[in-house]
Amino acid sequence: MNRENRITWINRLLLPVLNVLTAFAVTAVVFWLIDVNPLEAAEILLYGAFGYEEGIGYTIYYTTNFIFTGLAVAVAFHAGLFNIGGEGQAYIGGLGAGLAIFMLDPTLGAWLFIPASIIGALLFGALWALIPAYLQAYRGSHIVITTIMFNFLAASLMVYLMVHVLREMGQMTPQSELFPTNAWMPFVHDVAAGMGYSIEASPLNLSVLLALVCAVAVWFFLWQTRWGYAIRATGKNSTAAVYGGIKPKRVIIVAMCISGALAGLVSINELVGYQHRLVMDFHLGYGFGGIAVALMGRNHPVGIIVAALLFGTLYQGGAELAFEMSGVSRDIVVVMQGLVILFCGALEYMYRPWLIRTLAPVAQQISAAGVTV
Amino acid sequence: MTMKKFAIELTDIDKRFGAVHANNKVCLQVTEGNIHGIIGENGAGKSTLMSILYGFYQADAGQIDVLGNTYIFTDSHHAIAAGIGMVHQHFMLVENFTVLENVILGTEGGALLAHGLAAARKELTRLGEEYGLKVDLDATIDTLSVGLQQRVEILKALYKGAKILILDEPTGVLTPQETAELFRIFSTLKQQGVTIMLITHKLREIMSITDQVSVMRAGQMVAHRNTCDTDREELAELMVGRKVLLSVDKGAANVRAPLMRVSRLTVVDSQGVERLKDVSFELRAGEVLGVAGVSGNGQTELLEALAGIIPITQGHIEVLGMEMDDKHPLTPDILRGLGLAHVPEDRHRMGLITDFSASESALLGYHTDANINSGVWLSKAKVDANCQQLMQAFDVRPADPQLKSANFSGGNQQKLILAREMERNPEVLLIGQPTRGVDIGAIEFIHQRIIAMRDAGKAVLLVSVELEEIMSVSDRIIVLCDGAISGRINAEDADERTLGMMMANALDPIDPLQAMNDAKSSSNRTAQELDL
Amino acid sequence: MSDLLLTLLLTLDATLRVSSPLILAAMAGLFSERAGVVDIGLEGKMLAAAFAAASVAAVFGSPWLGLAAAIVASCCLALLHGFATITHRGDQIVSGVAINILAAGLTIILGLAWFHQGGLTPALNNESRFLSITLPYAEQLAFIPVLGPIYKELISGHNILVYVAFAVVPLVWWVVFRTRFGLRLRAVGENPKAVDTAGLSVIKLRYQALIVGGILCGIAGAYIGTAYNAQFTRDMTAGQGFIALAALIFGKWRPLTVMLACLLFGFLDALAVRLQGVQIEGFGVIPVQLIEAAPYILTVVLLAGFIGRAIPPKAVGTAYVKER
Repeated sequence: MNRENRITWINRLLLPVLNVLTAFAVTAVVFWLIDVNPLEAAEILLYGAFGYEEGIGYTIYYTTNFIFTGLAVAVAFHAGLFNIGGEGQAYIGGLGAGLAIFMLDPTLGAWLFIPASIIGALLFGALWALIPAYLQAYRGSHIVITTIMFNFLAASLMVYLMVHVLREMGQMTPQSELFPTNAWMPFVHDVAAGMGYSIEASPLNLSVLLALVCAVAVWFFLWQTRWGYAIRATGKNSTAAVYGGIKPKRVIIVAMCISGALAGLVSINELVGYQHRLVMDFHLGYGFGGIAVALMGRNHPVGIIVAALLFGTLYQGGAELAFEMSGVSRDIVVVMQGLVILFCGALEYMYRPWLIRTLAPVAQQISAAGVTV
Repeated sequence: MTMKKFAIELTDIDKRFGAVHANNKVCLQVTEGNIHGIIGENGAGKSTLMSILYGFYQADAGQIDVLGNTYIFTDSHHAIAAGIGMVHQHFMLVENFTVLENVILGTEGGALLAHGLAAARKELTRLGEEYGLKVDLDATIDTLSVGLQQRVEILKALYKGAKILILDEPTGVLTPQETAELFRIFSTLKQQGVTIMLITHKLREIMSITDQVSVMRAGQMVAHRNTCDTDREELAELMVGRKVLLSVDKGAANVRAPLMRVSRLTVVDSQGVERLKDVSFELRAGEVLGVAGVSGNGQTELLEALAGIIPITQGHIEVLGMEMDDKHPLTPDILRGLGLAHVPEDRHRMGLITDFSASESALLGYHTDANINSGVWLSKAKVDANCQQLMQAFDVRPADPQLKSANFSGGNQQKLILAREMERNPEVLLIGQPTRGVDIGAIEFIHQRIIAMRDAGKAVLLVSVELEEIMSVSDRIIVLCDGAISGRINAEDADERTLGMMMANALDPIDPLQAMNDAKSSSNRTAQELDL
Repeated sequence: MSDLLLTLLLTLDATLRVSSPLILAAMAGLFSERAGVVDIGLEGKMLAAAFAAASVAAVFGSPWLGLAAAIVASCCLALLHGFATITHRGDQIVSGVAINILAAGLTIILGLAWFHQGGLTPALNNESRFLSITLPYAEQLAFIPVLGPIYKELISGHNILVYVAFAVVPLVWWVVFRTRFGLRLRAVGENPKAVDTAGLSVIKLRYQALIVGGILCGIAGAYIGTAYNAQFTRDMTAGQGFIALAALIFGKWRPLTVMLACLLFGFLDALAVRLQGVQIEGFGVIPVQLIEAAPYILTVVLLAGFIGRAIPPKAVGTAYVKER
């Protein structure tokens, strides 16, 4: 095993595991700081997330959102772009879904409504990413700054529309009227009831299938198509990509639009699947959570599903924790997200020099023993 | 009469970067008050050695003596204190600072600037007069010409008390007039007792300005000469070095119609430096056209312009029935579609994606190929089969398409790239440094494949800094120097000496005879094009 | 005195109050980015500082102790940013995002654990806050036409931190352009290699810049937590860190123009509040959200090069690595 191999091995396996463990460890310290026994907290948390049917439903429901935004961040990452505009794209995606539904005749069937709302969410999410992408590709403005600005622009635009245009007649709360029932994404417990199984009601709806389809589609797109190849090549080495006839500007546009479209799908789960109307701030935290999910999932759909499930668990379990323990709130999940982004992202290579030094003798022994990788 | 002491004495300096042995037990003695040239090709280890002397890197082993004292430099601060000043190849100037601000950076003389600036202004005016280094102290750097920026670098070193001045490739970015001015400054500095070390790969400069010269090759110091006792030809030979003679078995070329016609090609880079100047040639089916030259003389830009990677500033290129010029660029994918393949000079920067598996790197440039795609599906089986086939054809080891590209040896990476570009039967093949870092066995194999391409009626453009390779593989040779063609010769008439002369001779600013020929040939060519 | 003048003065007065934290945070960003470190963590540092200030002021009853705590909290996050991006050469954006999210979560978690008020800190009494200061003779001089009201309504009657914010601007200008530290700071953000070859430590300079930024951000946070408001509330910085970042870009990384950008953005904010629901002849109601969004729109347009060009310090966003 030569040096290269050893480093690959450390990068691929050991470092990510160590980084996640560090994030967990620091979270435990935070628990300890606020006088909560981390083990006890973990137990309540796990019970809340998996201990009963409704809890499981919620957990998977939250997981669905994180899969969408995690995939969104990952697609941009593969093109070498950092999309922190997931928040805004998810929000505007909701506008697209809502407008698509309100534009159609309420008597139409679900077979038309649901695809229409999905297309609306995809298009509007993509559009909200397209502008920063265009500005990056053709005007050279930094995508991170523009996507931050677009998060705020999305918020302002939505407040205006919700208050002045889309608000339900005669209501004070800024929310739209209910979607026609035909437009609702079916709840999993309803579907199960239809098939003769009885499950406790929860917000979990069929959007989770959409999320899994997206995960497969993203995997297929990135690793099994020429477009995905072009995106990954540009992200890894744009000079070589240009040599290979790939056009980086086009890659930026395509990758960001896909990213924005995926983020837009959060609204399908949240609005079309559960709230059944346009509401304010349904997207809050999922866009940034997606960054943590993508970093922890190593930008691979399988990793992202696992990481999304972890954050879904924390979200739901955190609610249980807040209910059970007075001094704790669900914001512990936010802390954990921050720690994951810190240790799996910014401090990704913190342990590397140390690991290489410590493992060098071990690796030599292995290679001396004739084991090859 | 007292013996002149050494300004610099380096003993057994050794430095490795990973697998690269950049400096291998290098020894050097530089006499005080002399101009000492250090010559060698790019990558010979000159810049590393100077960075060690300047405290920017630490040597793994060896001793540094400056003006009779032994030092261990752990950062540039120490070197500066010992009296060493350095003018880097890429200037270390803050572009939006004034000259004055740049000069005092690091030696401001107090927490507040006002006092230091005033003192520095006085001192710089004095230095400027003493050494003939006039420059507007309040101009910001980005408004100054490259020649003036370099002057600021020299002033900066002198201001910090440099007694020994190291200049790394100082003329690379200068016009001939600016170069002449720089050499005038060198003479003045020498008169004032400053020791100058001039790092360059340009033989003419060494001959015209230095007192002594040391030659580096592949990390080692291979010769020391008094300039008056040597000549360009000897230095050129020492620089390039003699390699094991590789005979390439090849018959006579069966040359046919030109497949590529380059007319008056000029390329100016983003910094505004003219990298290619009025280059014209034809590349014909059934021949290998070699491009010789000391590296860094426009070869990289020539390859990239021909492959559609960098834009053309002037002139035009006719290739496989299509035309491109500054207004009508052809992109690399279009050119590849026409039947132009390109093996880039630098395999890590451009030739492959080191993080990708071999099978994916073997796809670079051909990922849209209908043979590999089934509709939208880039079939993994086909991608692997493609790689497997390429690996077999060029004997890439280990023949594992899943292995990460970075984990192959340099030779095997190169073979994979060559296989990718050659196996698709292109009409025109551009090859840069095909055997750099490749072992002897593979070199022979690669040369045979190039000849086989030629014999199959393809047009091959071969860029190499290895004269041996150019001479044995090419049919015709053009020599590039400072971005312009400085010689054309048939391979059978060429020997190392003649080529060395062309590479060196051409370093003279203008060779009247050559200029006339160039003008004639290009006007002929224009006439031909009008006929077409 | 005309109503119009008074309305104008009150709006400008609000502008000063809204702009102050923006100015302090933007100056913090200026130090960091001038040194080559992108600072999108301004928001998080301010939030943490606001929380620290409100907590300590509530417990010890002193705004000054609160201020000190704010500075400590903000500097801790700044050092974390430095540890990740300077020492370990991590991605500056990712690190900034992490700091923002960490601060958003930790402030609530700790607040809940310490004060049990749903994440809020206890409301501060007047002794624990920075209160308005009436400048000498404000009342007596009020009768002077125009100038009198300007002095009384606009200039007088702010808390000490407002004056600090405006005093900091010329100070920053002086430090950045007239001192050795400023020269080195600007150099390290433009061309760190030039700094390294001059025998200076890039790492040390960048850490110093982050610390200065941490201090300024701390003051901004204390202002938000203990001067402008009287307790900490969830996410109370509400994007002001990002507005400050926008102002930094809009003001092209120069102290005086950055301050003007902050004033402009602050004015838009004050105007939005004042125009809430106001009917303007010929226009109807102006959407408040449009005015609120103006800073972001202006920044995007500027970044796209449609009005002038915002050219950041050259080395910003890249960790310094000695190349071969």
